[in-house]
Amino acid sequence: MSDRVYAKDAGWKDMAAGGVIPQAGNAVEYETGGWRTFRPVRNDEACINCLQCWIYCPDDAIVCEDQTIKGKPYDLEHCKGCGICAKVCPVKCIEMKTETDFQD
Amino acid sequence: MWAFAVKEGITVPKNLKQLVDSPVRLTAGHRLCPGCGEPITVRQVLMGTDDPVIVANATGCLEVSTTIFPYTAWNVPWMHIAFENAAAAASGLEAMYESLKAQGKIDADANYKFVAFAGDGGTYDIGFQALSGAVERRHSFLYVCLNNQAYMNTGVQRSSASPLGAHTTTSPSGRTSVGKQMVQKDLTECMVAHEMPYVAQSIPGRWRDLVGKAEKAFATEGPSFINVLAPCPLGWICDPADTVDIAMLAADTCIWPLYEVVEGEYKLTYKPKEKKPVDEYLQPQGRFKHLFKGDEGAQMRQRIQENTDRKWEQLLKKCGEA
Amino acid sequence: MGKVMPLEGNHAVAEAMRQINPDVVAAYPITPSTEIVQTFAKFHADGKVKTNFVAVESEHSAMSACTAAAAAGGRVMNATSANGLALMWEILYITSSLRQPVVLTVVNRALSGNINIHCDHSDAMGARDAGWLQIYGENAQEAYDNCIQAVAIAERLDVRLPVMNCLDGFLVSHAYEMVEVEEDQAVADWVGPYKPVMPLLDIQSPYTVGPLDLWDYYFEHKRSQIEAYGPAKAAIIEEGKRFGEAFGREYGLMECVDLDDAEVAVVALGSTAGMCKDVVADLRDKGVKAGLLKLRVYRPFPAEEIAAALKNCKAVAVFDRAASYGAACGPLYAEITSALYTSGLSVPCTNVIYGLGGREIRPEQIADVFDSLNDVKSSGQPAQPVSYVGVRG
Repeated sequence: MSDRVYAKDAGWKDMAAGGVIPQAGNAVEYETGGWRTFRPVRNDEACINCLQCWIYCPDDAIVCEDQTIKGKPYDLEHCKGCGICAKVCPVKCIEMKTETDFQD
Repeated sequence: MWAFAVKEGITVPKNLKQLVDSPVRLTAGHRLCPGCGEPITVRQVLMGTDDPVIVANATGCLEVSTTIFPYTAWNVPWMHIAFENAAAAASGLEAMYESLKAQGKIDADANYKFVAFAGDGGTYDIGFQALSGAVERRHSFLYVCLNNQAYMNTGVQRSSASPLGAHTTTSPSGRTSVGKQMVQKDLTECMVAHEMPYVAQSIPGRWRDLVGKAEKAFATEGPSFINVLAPCPLGWICDPADTVDIAMLAADTCIWPLYEVVEGEYKLTYKPKEKKPVDEYLQPQGRFKHLFKGDEGAQMRQRIQENTDRKWEQLLKKCGEA
Repeated sequence: MGKVMPLEGNHAVAEAMRQINPDVVAAYPITPSTEIVQTFAKFHADGKVKTNFVAVESEHSAMSACTAAAAAGGRVMNATSANGLALMWEILYITSSLRQPVVLTVVNRALSGNINIHCDHSDAMGARDAGWLQIYGENAQEAYDNCIQAVAIAERLDVRLPVMNCLDGFLVSHAYEMVEVEEDQAVADWVGPYKPVMPLLDIQSPYTVGPLDLWDYYFEHKRSQIEAYGPAKAAIIEEGKRFGEAFGREYGLMECVDLDDAEVAVVALGSTAGMCKDVVADLRDKGVKAGLLKLRVYRPFPAEEIAAALKNCKAVAVFDRAASYGAACGPLYAEITSALYTSGLSVPCTNVIYGLGGREIRPEQIADVFDSLNDVKSSGQPAQPVSYVGVRG
C-alpha cells in the first residue's frame, strides 16, 4: 500500500484523530477490476467518440484524454464489467467478452 | 417569494465534450455493485457545477461503499453523520459557511455548493423530517434522493418509495401476497408543496436531463430537490447492463415522469413519443416477476397501469400539456 | 471588572453565549432550557451577536446540524434538557467520536416516563457513555462561569471534545441570583478565536468525515478517542486556574468542603451541594466532623482525586439525583465506590437516591443522612447500600 492509504496494521497512534480519512480520493488505489466476469472490448475504428459510454459508466472506467476515448484502453483495474457501455453504445462497437478469454 | 437566478453565461446543460474535462469528484475504486444507478447519478449531478462542492451523505449504499476506511472515493469535502439526517447535516455545513462568509472569514466571492445525497429510506421515511425542516428554513443546498425504491443497503426492505406490486424482503410476494399493496408515496409532490424554488424528477439514463437539472439546481438560491430513480440490479433483480435501459423504460412508460417545477411552475422535460405499457418496464425486473403469474398478478399489473395513467394525466394538466 | 446583576440561571447562560458569540447555534426548545434559546434568539434579532441562529425542527436535527457546523470549521453552541437530550442520543456519540468541540448546556430534567419537567440528573447521567465532558454548576454564577470555560476546554487542541454544561432545572435555571457578569471584551479575549482542525470548508484539503469502519479499524479509532480524556482532565484544571487568574473565581475538578479531617461526608452534584454546605457548617458548629465533596467534573471521572479526597472518611453517603434502573445502585455511587476500590480503599459508603422528578430535598433530610453516617461510624456495621430519601410509601 502507498503513502496515500493507512497501512493494514496501522496502530491507533498512526492515524488522524476522529476517524477521518485525510487522503481524498485514495480509493483509486483499491482495485475492483478483479470483480469482472465480462470485459468490454471496443472496436476503435467503429467508435464515433460520442462519449455515451463515458457518461454512463458507474465506475469512471472509460479513459478519456483530449476529449477522446478512441484508442484509449479501459481502466481495467477498476472496470467491473457491468456491460452498460456496450448497451448504450449507439453503434454497438463494444463487445462484452468473457474474462477468462484473456490471459492478463 | 423565491430567489431563483440561473447564472449568466451558463449553457444549460454543457455538452459531453465539455463535461469530460470536469474534475473527478467521485473516483473509481468505490465498491458499489456493477451497474449500480447511484454512482452514475452522483457523477452526473456533480458535473452540474464547477464551483466547490461539499457533500453530506446519509447512511446507505453510497456512503458505505464509497468510504470503507481507509479508502475514500471522494475528492471533495464529505461528511456522513447518520441515516436520517443528511438534510440536517447539510443545514449545519451551510449555516457555518454562511456565518463565516458574513464575518469575512471566507471570501465574499466564494460560491460553495452544498449537496445532500440520501437514498429513498433516508429521504421518504426516516429522513423526511430533516428534509422538510431544512427546506422550510430555506438553506441553500441541493438535495438528491437516490431512489432505488427500497432499503437496499440492509437487504431490500420496503420503503414508502417502493412501488405498488414490488417484491421486497418486507413486502415479499408469496402464496397469499402479490408484493407491496400500497401505492408509493409521491414525495416529489410533497416537496412541491413546500413551495421551494426548484423541484425535479430525473433518471441517470438520460444524462442531458439529469445534468441539466443539476446545473439549474446549483444555480438556484435556496433549497432544491431532485428525485432520481436509480435502478438497483441487485434489489430489482435485473441485468446490471440494463440499468440505463430500465431507467429509460420508467420514463417511456410514464411510471417515472421526468419533469421540473420551477418556482411553482410545472414543466415536462421529457414526453415519450409513444407511451409504452407498464408491462414493458415491469417485465425485465425480477422484483415484479410474480405479477406475470396468475389472476392476482394480472390484477395488480392493471392497478399499476391505472395508477400510472391517472398520475400521468394529472401531471400533463399541471404542465399545460393535456 | 465584572458587573453584578440579578439573573436567572438560564439568562446567565444566555449572557455567556452572547459574549462568546459563537458562529452557529442550532437549537430546539424544551422545558426548562427553553429560555436560553429564546433569550439568545432575541440577542440575535437585536443584532447583538454575529451567530447564524438556526431554529431546527427537532433536537436530533439540532445536534446533527451542530456536529456538521463544527466539522465545517467554527464555534457551535446549543442547549437542551431531558428528552431533548435523549432524542440526540445517537448523535452525541458521533459528535465526540468525530472530536468536534460543541458546547451544549444541559438544564437537567427528569427523563420520561412519566413525563416530568422538573429537576433530576437522569438526562445527563443517561448520556454518560456518550463521550462528552460533563461539568456541573451549583448555581447561576457557576452556570455562567462553566459555560465560558467549556468553550475553552472543548476547543483546546489537546482536547477537541464536546462539553455538557450542566445546571439543575428550575432550581438554578429559573431562580434569580446575583451573578457577576464579566465585561464582553474580557470574555471574548479569554475565550480567544476558534482554531479549526481539519475543517470541511477547507476545500483545498477535502476530508472524508464519518467513513465506515469495519472490524479492522474501529477499535483503533475508539482507543484513540479514549486517550483524549486524560489530557481533558488536565485541561479542565488548567483552564479553571486561568479563569481564576482572569476573573478571580478559580475552578477545579471538585470542591472539598471540610474534607481534610472529616469523619462523615457526603458527595453531591449540582444545587444540592449548595444545601449540603449549609448543613455541614451547622454540623461543624455542633462539633461533628462533617464534610462535603462537591463534584464539579463528572466526565472525565476523576477517580484518583475522589479516592484521595475521601480516603480518611469513616462513612460516606453518595447522593444520586438519578436512578439507574436495573443496576444495583445509582450511577454516581457506582463510580465513586469503584474509584475507592481501585485505590485499595474500603471506606463505608452508602447510596442515597433522592430528588427524582424535582422532589424537594431539605436540609433536615441531609442532616438525617449525616446522622445515619454517624451510626455507621460508631457501630462499625456496614452501610446500607441504597436508600431513598423523600419518597412516600
